Amino acid sequence: MADFPRYQYDVLVIGAGGAGLRAAIEAAATGAKVGVVSKSLLGKAHTVMAEGGVAAALANVDDRDNWRVHFTDTMRGGQYLNHPRMAEIHAKEAPERVQELETWGAVFDRTKDGRILQRNFGGHRYPRLAHVGDRTGLEMIRTLQDHSIHLGIGFHMECTVNTLLKDGDRLAGAFGYERERGRCVIWEAKAVILATGGIGRAFSVTSNSWEYTGDGHSLAYDAGADLIDMEFVQFHPTGMVWPPSVRGILVTEGVRGEGGVLRNSEGRRFMFDDIPPNYKEQTADSEEEGWRYCQGDKNARRPPELLTRDHVARCIMREVKEGRGSPHGGVFLDISWIKERISNAPEHIKRKLPSMYHQFKQLADIDITKEPMEVGPTTHYMMGGVRVDPESQMSTVPGLFAAGECGAGLHGANRLGGNSLSDLLVFGKRAGEHAAAFAREQGAGRIDEAQVETAARQLFAPFERHGEPGAEAPYQVQHELQTMMQSLVGIVRTEAEMEQALEEIGRLRQRAAAIAVVGNREYNPGWHTALDLPNLLTVSEAVTRAALERRESRGAQFRADYPEKDPAFGAVNIVVRKEPDGGMQISRVPVVPVPPELKAIIEEMK
Amino acid sequence: MAQATFRVWRGDSGGGRFADYSTGVTEGMVVLDAVHQIQAESAPDLAVRWNCKAGKCGSCSAEINGKPKLMCMTRLNDLPLEEPVTVEPMKAFPILRDLVTNVSWNFGAKQKIRKFTPRPADAPDGTWRAQQADVDRSQEFRKCIECFLCQDVCHVLREHHLHDEFIGPRLLVYAAALEMNPFDAGDRLGDLKDAHGIGYCNITKCCTKVCPEGITITDNAIIPLKERVVDEFYDPLKRLLRVFRK
Repeated sequence: MADFPRYQYDVLVIGAGGAGLRAAIEAAATGAKVGVVSKSLLGKAHTVMAEGGVAAALANVDDRDNWRVHFTDTMRGGQYLNHPRMAEIHAKEAPERVQELETWGAVFDRTKDGRILQRNFGGHRYPRLAHVGDRTGLEMIRTLQDHSIHLGIGFHMECTVNTLLKDGDRLAGAFGYERERGRCVIWEAKAVILATGGIGRAFSVTSNSWEYTGDGHSLAYDAGADLIDMEFVQFHPTGMVWPPSVRGILVTEGVRGEGGVLRNSEGRRFMFDDIPPNYKEQTADSEEEGWRYCQGDKNARRPPELLTRDHVARCIMREVKEGRGSPHGGVFLDISWIKERISNAPEHIKRKLPSMYHQFKQLADIDITKEPMEVGPTTHYMMGGVRVDPESQMSTVPGLFAAGECGAGLHGANRLGGNSLSDLLVFGKRAGEHAAAFAREQGAGRIDEAQVETAARQLFAPFERHGEPGAEAPYQVQHELQTMMQSLVGIVRTEAEMEQALEEIGRLRQRAAAIAVVGNREYNPGWHTALDLPNLLTVSEAVTRAALERRESRGAQFRADYPEKDPAFGAVNIVVRKEPDGGMQISRVPVVPVPPELKAIIEEMK
Repeated sequence: MAQATFRVWRGDSGGGRFADYSTGVTEGMVVLDAVHQIQAESAPDLAVRWNCKAGKCGSCSAEINGKPKLMCMTRLNDLPLEEPVTVEPMKAFPILRDLVTNVSWNFGAKQKIRKFTPRPADAPDGTWRAQQADVDRSQEFRKCIECFLCQDVCHVLREHHLHDEFIGPRLLVYAAALEMNPFDAGDRLGDLKDAHGIGYCNITKCCTKVCPEGITITDNAIIPLKERVVDEFYDPLKRLLRVFRK
């Protein structure tokens, strides 16, 4: 038996962003012994980057809002590929999950009557995003972090899980390593919750940090779980484009919610030129009406800048492609213009968007209260992920749960802004609750020592290859993968390019298998990059194969060779599964039918 | 392409030395970009902690030309590139490797601060009411990204190593956010005086100067807490009353 440190938990949570922490809190509240493994320090996960707010139909600002409207908005935004039961649960439970944060110490911005303030956001019919300036994610992760440290949870910071350990069909634990000392660790667990976030590092322009290498997606896939909707990668319309070193850093949709407008090089508000038919009714006819909406006029409709992210991103791409872009390949996002409408505009902007002000001032020498920003699409969020049961969040592998970005189903073909923070609260809680119940009912599995031995050998193999002919360092391979995915499987896709991408992935996989690292095991980033690469390759292949299979354009997927929606594909989700021989199997499954009572709600809100 | 030299500290708890790396400089680059470039070009095992690269997570704290800063928010065009740029780990914490320090003490010390204790709700649905002005102060403190640069420059920790007796500016800000949270009913004044060692702070304001979030740590958080502690424990009238109560 390998002599590695071993920890025993009822529930092991992998990932310490919002979903992981919320899951851990809930599992611990049931009395389960809970461990949390995170690649970074506590409070640093990507949730911290969420800016605009958390969507919940609290109806504090507009009393016409309720869960039914939120449900309908989410389904429409997801082009009806969403799991309707997940969208229903999410819309119903989000308000309670948000209010609960206040009882744990969160301090949201306030309405005049002293309640939690809510703001407008793309695709949401009413002001729905509870927020704290433009640092809502920080507020949420800190609240969850500060609450969770008093619950007896075991935290394993700066540790990475490489392999899920199975006992027959069910989960038995996880194997990984500590960054600090480079030691192997075994976490035995009766249930495992994946809360590892996204896959942004598979692309070169991204708002995601080094951590987002699709670990949860890849671990689940290797453990035999189904992945679903992998073709839907959200490109956020507004990332920074200049200077080069900040390319991809997020510019919150809150800028547009506060009245920011998109213009091309001719000064035209091009979003007015292309409004999709299913949003026509809800969208402003004039700049005047759009401004009134941002000022809280309940009779006004939202400006086209607040259409869904997939659509806005494509419109920006079109402007750039047709030669009407900004000097550095983006378009202009202007909030400074509101000085024409309100007297204290610079102070107002700094108060509402403090971190955007700071970010542009410090990184790009731009004062957003005086001049427009240059923005363009950036890889932001993965709609696809582990296919889960809507009630329990359990995957198709018993004992393996998933929540937050690495789970799938809620968002369908496109996620609405603000729905990720509510997603991680609602389904993080459910995953924690049900994983703890599973642990209670099922007891512990047996650790397969042979599987541990194999995993440990693979872990240290890159050191042993040092000096072998053909061995190379990991950074170049990672860089080539990102550049290739960005150009061949990015916002605009074609069959020919994606076939080429698959060939490239095959070649890169061979190179990745020969990667060698130098130095020793302690906190060695070259080694960590090498170990993350197989996960990136797995999710890149899954995205590409699913995107090839969906021969239509819908939501976040735009196929230049199939530019229209195809009703036949509107009736299916794409499932990715590992075949026993190791190959990647792609299949179509019918979308979950919308039950009559929910269908009636959708019809009523049309 | 213009080149610049970075003098980066390499080593571990057993000791180390500065190593010089030359790398290309392009428009808009920050120190963290240079460190990543050096990793990719010549030092693949150079250890650095980072996440968001946008000044929001507080992971990449270091001392750049001797000044505590976030590497991701320090522009190269604000530094004199004719000379080597020195990049060193924070000094108030034990070194792990290269630019990475062991900051776990901060997490342990935070756990000892009494947690948020909700006061009774204002409305029948269990929610509270507060004006924006009532939450402004707490929100200022909650901007903290836990980069621990304030801990790094605090002489009580950096030079006197009183980590067991003093929680440092970051955690005083944390305590202040709780004390000034309009929904909190907890009382941390006794702990601040004794266990948390607020008296060690002699308000030199070094912490305020290095805060990348611009939190007025000393004036808005620490001094008001000191005043509350004084009012509670050193007010002559209250002291007299306490004597009689005994």
